[in-house]
Amino acid sequence: MTQLAEHPPIDQIWDWLHAVPDPEIPVISLTDLGIIRDVAYDGDTLVVTVTPTYSGCPATSIINLDIETALRDQGIQNIRLKQQIFPPWTTDWLTPEGAEKLEKYGIAPPTAAGGPKRCPHCGGANLEKLSQFGSTPCKAQWKCTDCLEPFDYFKCI
Amino acid sequence: MSAVDQQALFQFLLRMGDNTLVLGHRVSEWCGHAPVLEEDIALANTALDLIGQTQFWLGLAGEVEGKGQDADALAFRRDVWDFRNFLICEMPNGDFGQTLMRQFLFDAWASVTLAHLQTSSDERVAGIAAKASKEVAYHLERSADTVVGLGDGTEESHKRMQAALEYLWPYVGEMFVSDDVDTAMVAAGIAPDPASLRAEYDAIITRVLTQATLDIPQSAFAHKGGRDGSIHTEHLGHLLTSMQWLQRVYPDASW
Repeated sequence: MTQLAEHPPIDQIWDWLHAVPDPEIPVISLTDLGIIRDVAYDGDTLVVTVTPTYSGCPATSIINLDIETALRDQGIQNIRLKQQIFPPWTTDWLTPEGAEKLEKYGIAPPTAAGGPKRCPHCGGANLEKLSQFGSTPCKAQWKCTDCLEPFDYFKCI
Repeated sequence: MSAVDQQALFQFLLRMGDNTLVLGHRVSEWCGHAPVLEEDIALANTALDLIGQTQFWLGLAGEVEGKGQDADALAFRRDVWDFRNFLICEMPNGDFGQTLMRQFLFDAWASVTLAHLQTSSDERVAGIAAKASKEVAYHLERSADTVVGLGDGTEESHKRMQAALEYLWPYVGEMFVSDDVDTAMVAAGIAPDPASLRAEYDAIITRVLTQATLDIPQSAFAHKGGRDGSIHTEHLGHLLTSMQWLQRVYPDASW
């Protein structure tokens, strides 16, 4: 009779998910990263649709576990995680808030131009690419020739 | 739409997944051994992407086959004769230059093929292709840059890259040979005819290899037999013993 009232509202679920950090880059949350594509009830089951950043990203299974744990901690019993690969994840889904947090953390956010705009450490504009690949599948390695510090750049895909 | 031959679709998906699995495993053999740290990371990342793509291709293959096999079962419980990868994917790593030349010759094929597969009539295939395309764009950019850097590098690096190209060239032709499986895929609108992709492929490799000051061999001779499983090289068995040993010794082990 009061079945609907037993389910926390969808907005509330998004708020909870907003507090779940990315396991590899804990400074941003899963919702900042834009990988949670949908949250909906299917009868009594809460279905969370998640898309991977990169096909082989090892964080994917940890992310699923973290989502489930966070929602269980809020008392949700029936959870189903659905993987969706299309449309493929794009860095356009990274929120402006997420991009800002990345830069403060020392990771240059993605830009449409395909390279970092400025050094996340000193703000310098003289930059050089070291490698197309970095410490995680989603990042590349760059170096600032002003402050000489290397830094990660979040690749634009 | 007419009913798609599920057996042909299964074979097509095995070919896609076995290419990325076998090449991904080969590339992963470099982990901890690359000449510099950045390259080690780049190789490991490439391997990771390829193995991730394998999970999609072989996962779908298992679904289409309908016998309850998942991607792991297909990866770890088949033997040499069941594999449908191009022979080039199983060729040994050789030196760093040979590995990157093999990667470039494969990446160019993958980028052309995946671009076409994005308009596949099977939306599951189109979805995987869209995802993989983004990753392959990075792989191709890097392998092409490295081929140019080493080809147009020192006398020694040039010599090695030319030797790598000559060693691997006879394995390129197999990518563009069409058979009954391809005919069925073309008829169903699932995949393009491999033979029709050669011109696009040649445009990429001619541009890059010319810039790399390397001579493209003239011979059109092609070793075949990988993608239909009729004959693999001696190298695949050795690769599988290393890749599959855990599941063979401890069946169903998981963590």
